[in-house]
Amino acid sequence: MDMQALLDFFSFADPNVRYVVLGNVLLSASAAMVGAFTLLQKKALVGDAVSHAVLPGVCAAFLFSGSKSIALMLIGAFATGWLALVAIDYITAQSKIKKDAAIGLVLSVFFGVGMVMMTNIQQSGNAAQSGLDHFIFGKAATLIGSDLLIFAILSLVLLVTVSLFFKAFVVLSFDRAYAQALGYPVRRLDLLLTSLTVLAVVTGITAVGVVLMAAMLVTPAAAARYWTDNIRRMVAIAAAFGAFAGVAGAYISYAAPAMPTGPWMVVVSSLIAFGSFFFAPKKGIVPRQYMQWKNRRVITDENTLKMFYHLGERNSHFGTARELKELINSREVAEPLLRATLRRLVAKGMLERHANGWRLTDEGYRKAARVVRLHRLWELYLARYMDIAADHVHDDAETIEHIITPEIEQELEHQLGYPDKDPHDTRIPKGGAL
Amino acid sequence: MIIAFWIILTGALVAVTCGMLGCFLILRKMSMVGDAISHAVLPGIVIAFLLSGSRDTLPMLLGAGATGLIATFLIEYFHRRANLQTDASIGVTFTFLFAVGIILISGFAGEIDLDLDCVLYGEIAYVPIDLWVTADGTVMGPRPVYILSAVLLIVALFIKLGYKELQLTSFDPAFASALGISTALWHYLLMAAVSLTTVSSFESVGAILVIAFLIGPPATAYLMTHDLKQMLAITAVLGIFIAFTGYWLAYWLNASIAGCMAAVTGLCFTAAFLSLRRIPKPSPTASEEPIG
Repeated sequence: MDMQALLDFFSFADPNVRYVVLGNVLLSASAAMVGAFTLLQKKALVGDAVSHAVLPGVCAAFLFSGSKSIALMLIGAFATGWLALVAIDYITAQSKIKKDAAIGLVLSVFFGVGMVMMTNIQQSGNAAQSGLDHFIFGKAATLIGSDLLIFAILSLVLLVTVSLFFKAFVVLSFDRAYAQALGYPVRRLDLLLTSLTVLAVVTGITAVGVVLMAAMLVTPAAAARYWTDNIRRMVAIAAAFGAFAGVAGAYISYAAPAMPTGPWMVVVSSLIAFGSFFFAPKKGIVPRQYMQWKNRRVITDENTLKMFYHLGERNSHFGTARELKELINSREVAEPLLRATLRRLVAKGMLERHANGWRLTDEGYRKAARVVRLHRLWELYLARYMDIAADHVHDDAETIEHIITPEIEQELEHQLGYPDKDPHDTRIPKGGAL
Repeated sequence: MIIAFWIILTGALVAVTCGMLGCFLILRKMSMVGDAISHAVLPGIVIAFLLSGSRDTLPMLLGAGATGLIATFLIEYFHRRANLQTDASIGVTFTFLFAVGIILISGFAGEIDLDLDCVLYGEIAYVPIDLWVTADGTVMGPRPVYILSAVLLIVALFIKLGYKELQLTSFDPAFASALGISTALWHYLLMAAVSLTTVSSFESVGAILVIAFLIGPPATAYLMTHDLKQMLAITAVLGIFIAFTGYWLAYWLNASIAGCMAAVTGLCFTAAFLSLRRIPKPSPTASEEPIG
């Protein structure tokens, strides 16, 4: 990476840099904000349909005016984009066609009509038609001052409107019926959100083009979903991701002029999204796998301690050292796994290594007794309150014994009247030392 | 006239192949996967072009097929492992791959003679001049027609042989699993068929028409019948009709052929939608009278 280019870029001395960066940040942040709501309404792909559907509108504006007036094209784009969204809603409401098929159908048909109009314009030989390509494939770097003003105003309209109706949109996105009960004008809000989506697409499309516009709406919002459950924060994070991608895209095409801004914006925000899918705390793939792995280890540990307890029960001596063979015979377990578990339990101070095997420490005994106790309490509970036969309760207890909290344990004991024996007539261990 | 014949034949072959697979996509609520694949093939084509240095069909098909399958795998992976909702998974994946494709084209602009327009629009008008000439100089007709016929044959065989499995896994995945049919296997087989079709079709008809053919005729047929076999048959007939009418409309308007075929697809759907919409209501006039 070129240090000088980086410094030049972030000094914003070049007015072109200023325009492009400001434009990109406004476009992508406002698109991401609207995208967060469409994502929550499970309409993530409507952005794709709208972005394709603006083509006939742009062409019509061009055919009528015969000039490349950006304002007229935006109006045309807005009109057909809006029509497309209404068509999707109408088709899904009035027939058995599902949302995905309606989106694909509207997308391809509107774009097809646009293609027909486009060939017409090309044949007319109007030189100004080259500007139409920007609408389809995106050319953010060619934004000039006066265009930027239009986009800046549109983005501000989006930002302000979303902020004003924030609470209503939140309720609408999560629970339509509740929104209705609260007296929100649900249909009008729907229409407003639809219009905002179209506006976001129309504003962003010159930057990234028809195909990639869907990403401006979906990708930052999908990434943000992995960092929080709070919708306010989600919208803010989505906007921040979008803005960052906007700056990064502008910088990359500044440092390497052959590189297109729009696609790099999309790649950067996709990488943020992939990073979030994998590594976001709690919801990411890796942290979730790690949690599962840790839970499995806790279960193996507890089951191994239980083996010592069960063996101890046979000769009423819980402190005896046990050999590996004895342990394997008592419960089917693979030897390498058992060895690893025993090593871990020694390290945790639950077991101690002895000349001829392993034995429970005081702490290990307490832990083992508690797991067995929970198992038997649960068996008793199932047998007494659920009317499940005594020989059917074991498997369920085998799972729940690792989950029950001390509070539930107390409640169980209380409900069962502080019992001594489980349904198989074996003693339920109380606490205490070896 | 012979030009018209070849173009209509090409359109009809694509329409029938896409339509038959589209029936299953619609039933599985996976229509947009076709959209995703048809865009996600771009980086595969560019990489194949860079590696082979030519526009030969085979490397292109392999490259495009590979990225098409990668796209379906990623969509499925994010959906299952990261709990990402399907539509978002589709949206994130295909735009990423398409963006990578455009960046590759820009980065190797000097070495690539690929027109981005043609990926979206296709060049069905050029089909008649893309001739297959054998070693001894015999002209066998347009090359795409042979390739697309082969693909149609493969897809038809696939549906014929796997009909029961495809039907069961589409309508009742749980029941299919209970019978020992692997839903994952048939998912990926169907996706492979969609990739193959998309990839071999879009060079001649473009991504947009592929989507129109994947979704339009099956959606129209879906309105008209409840029976899967009838749906497949109606889709095939509609596809041929659209290819024929679309071509003559384009001829008459002197406009984009792919665009006109997509527009006719829309007209067919609209006609079916408007004429069938009122059927569930027994008497439309009665409902307008005030109650009580």
